[in-house]
Amino acid sequence: MKNKLLWPLLALVALLLLNLIVTPSFFALRMQDGHLYGGLVDVLKNGAPTLLIALGMTLVIATRGIDLSVGAVAAIAGAVTCVHIGTSGSASTAFAGMAIALVLCAVLGLWNGFLVAGLGIQPIIATLVLMTAGRGVAMLVTEGQIVTVNNTAYRQVGAGFVVLPVSILIALLVLGLVAFVTRRTALGMLIEAVGVNPEASRLAGVRSRTIIWTVYVFAAVCAGIAGLMISSNVSAADANNAGLWIEMDAILAVVIGGTSLAGGRYSLTGTLLGALIIQTLTTTVYTIGVAPEVTLVFKAIVVIAVCLVQAPKARAALSFRKVAVS
Amino acid sequence: MTESPPPVVEMRGISLAFPGVKALQDVDFRLFPGEVHALMGENGAGKSTLIKTLTGVHRPDTGQVVLAGDDVAFSSPGEAQHAGISTVYQEVNLCANLTVAENILLGREPRRFGGIDFPAMRRRAAEVLARIGVHIDPASSLGEHPIAVQQLVAIARAIAIDCRVLVLDEPTSSLDAGEVAELFRIMRVLRDEGVAILFVSHFLDQVYEISDRMTVLRNGTLVGEHLTADVDRRTLIAQMIGRDLGTLEAIEHAAEERQAQGPVLVAATGLGRRGAIEPFDLEIRAGQVVGLAGLLGSGRTELARLLFGADRADSGRLLVDGKPLRLRGPRSAIAAGIAFSSEDRKGEGLVADLSIRDNLVLAMQAARGWTRPLPRKTKDQLVDKYLKALDIRPANPDALVRTLSGGNQQKVLLARWLVTEPRLLILDEPTRGIDIGAKAQIQQLVTTLAAEGTAILFISAELEEVVRIADRIVVLRDRRKIAELDGSVTGVDEVVELIAGGATPEKVVS
Repeated sequence: MKNKLLWPLLALVALLLLNLIVTPSFFALRMQDGHLYGGLVDVLKNGAPTLLIALGMTLVIATRGIDLSVGAVAAIAGAVTCVHIGTSGSASTAFAGMAIALVLCAVLGLWNGFLVAGLGIQPIIATLVLMTAGRGVAMLVTEGQIVTVNNTAYRQVGAGFVVLPVSILIALLVLGLVAFVTRRTALGMLIEAVGVNPEASRLAGVRSRTIIWTVYVFAAVCAGIAGLMISSNVSAADANNAGLWIEMDAILAVVIGGTSLAGGRYSLTGTLLGALIIQTLTTTVYTIGVAPEVTLVFKAIVVIAVCLVQAPKARAALSFRKVAVS
Repeated sequence: MTESPPPVVEMRGISLAFPGVKALQDVDFRLFPGEVHALMGENGAGKSTLIKTLTGVHRPDTGQVVLAGDDVAFSSPGEAQHAGISTVYQEVNLCANLTVAENILLGREPRRFGGIDFPAMRRRAAEVLARIGVHIDPASSLGEHPIAVQQLVAIARAIAIDCRVLVLDEPTSSLDAGEVAELFRIMRVLRDEGVAILFVSHFLDQVYEISDRMTVLRNGTLVGEHLTADVDRRTLIAQMIGRDLGTLEAIEHAAEERQAQGPVLVAATGLGRRGAIEPFDLEIRAGQVVGLAGLLGSGRTELARLLFGADRADSGRLLVDGKPLRLRGPRSAIAAGIAFSSEDRKGEGLVADLSIRDNLVLAMQAARGWTRPLPRKTKDQLVDKYLKALDIRPANPDALVRTLSGGNQQKVLLARWLVTEPRLLILDEPTRGIDIGAKAQIQQLVTTLAAEGTAILFISAELEEVVRIADRIVVLRDRRKIAELDGSVTGVDEVVELIAGGATPEKVVS
């Protein structure tokens, strides 16, 4: 396990050091009005939505599934909340809006779970339905407009501070919660069992369907919270662009973290590292001033490098070199 | 057998160590042209390692391999194959979505104008199939054929190149008696053509039927090389397991002494499922071992799955403790105290990527639900208890189940159900593909459990085993229950006769 996390950890440290070299003040933290600011805080804050979605994705992938609809679900969550708030400035309206959005997300998760566990449709196809249709739903909710709101309570979710940015605290809280629920109860073991061998698990009396259903609902709720953060941060709901391609970042974070797309054993710590790597990478692109036209290529190269050092073959080659040198 | 021709393969002083294990120590091995040579030994004795050394998968640390008089050192299976050593592994390693001809000639397709010459390929494949007397359409898709036929295609592939040595690693483990007879016919054809055949099987009957000579390994060392006709079974088994056969005999006597007259635990009346098994009646008493006998495909597994709720019955009813029970799935069966250890260990039994500990507690944990995890301490006690009781090796609860040998995997699967303290334990082929030592341990366990009052439904393709262990024997044929016999007075021959009933005479191979 430690070995598995070594490479993502090294990659993260390398990226951070690169930032430190380019921007010597990168690690500096300063307090201002009781708020903590700094490069590292920014990385965490901007990475919070990806981390949240990646957490949900980790459990889905552990059951051999995948959820492509999370970006669309995030957009729906933002859209529903902003439309519900409208011009209101009251906190209770904001909370009601968020509650409605999250319940709706849970329902969307139930839908995904129904397609996968109930009807037995392949996850990639089942969630593709909502990935495409979800944006349309969000468009319908916002009537094709970018809905802006001016609500202090709502703004706290994505842009507020309690010493640290609220979004970081929420993401860490969810991370802790998932870690606690899956590892202190038997849920984690049962999820892994279903992921490794669904039929053997069923014959051992595991409620495979319920478990699969649960992880899709959880993933959708995580996506909903992430959607609230994204929308709250800019006080607006953009049905077209909120959470666009975030499912890809999340899947990448999970894979970089060492959880296999073939299902089975998963690592939440790995996912945390993966999400941080992806966000640091995005930040690095800005700090070292990579030209916009090569940004994507640069990202791709780093991701390929990280995946390569994790590949069993590449690692075998590396360790062979090590032996030869020593 | 005369020893006049020189051996086609001679391995001298082969030693090979893996990190922490001496897999082979100074092993000599000879293989003559035109003989079937059985390689005998328990799991872990070094059979596979020796085969892999011969076929170029492993390179020996010391020792030499001589093929037809020449020193050889293969660095890959491809090289060995090129030199005339072909191997057919236990699991069929072919592509089910390709045609029979494509599978036989994969990687050496006849070519024309830069493309594959399909007519020539089919012709060539048909020739090879004809050589071993298998009459199937080379253009048909491999996946359409039953496993047994696929295995024959694998052999056809092996002999499609000029092959002097044919290695068959447990080719019979998923075949029924008729199919084994067919395979043996082909092996004899090849032997008579002068091919040297190295054969590995856990079925002693088969070894005695087909082999001319045998080499016995134990713990990576050579124990002996004999003409098959010269060794009796007792001696052979004693050589393989290195201890006497008291345990085996104790099992036989236990079945006779047991007074299995507990109350009726499970009673099925007219239980059946269309296309799987005709409606049947069955009563199992507490403390009783009921054996299911029949050929592969006779409905043994299907019957068991109905009792466990793995498949739903579409007729009849089931009484447990005299009360009707509607099985909606495995969960309701488990709740009623019924456990089912599947014949398909890898596919339906174990969760290979999880640890021994997780696999052991899986059924119990599933029954408790995820919100009530087993306390760490209880878990450790349970795991510790069953690692010891069943002698599971390595006795490391964190070892991944995929790394265990077949026998130990089977024990883990058994332990998973024993943890739940079932009242009816259904064992589907619990001793298939595992070594004699583990087999004896599992048979012993069955008799112990029955003595403690557990009802057991025991399914095995090995009739001797069923007859030895069962109090009552239910005989199935063509997905129908045809007879129920008293186990203590029944002999194998009687069961064979019943099973054979309407079948063609050549299917009767005991």
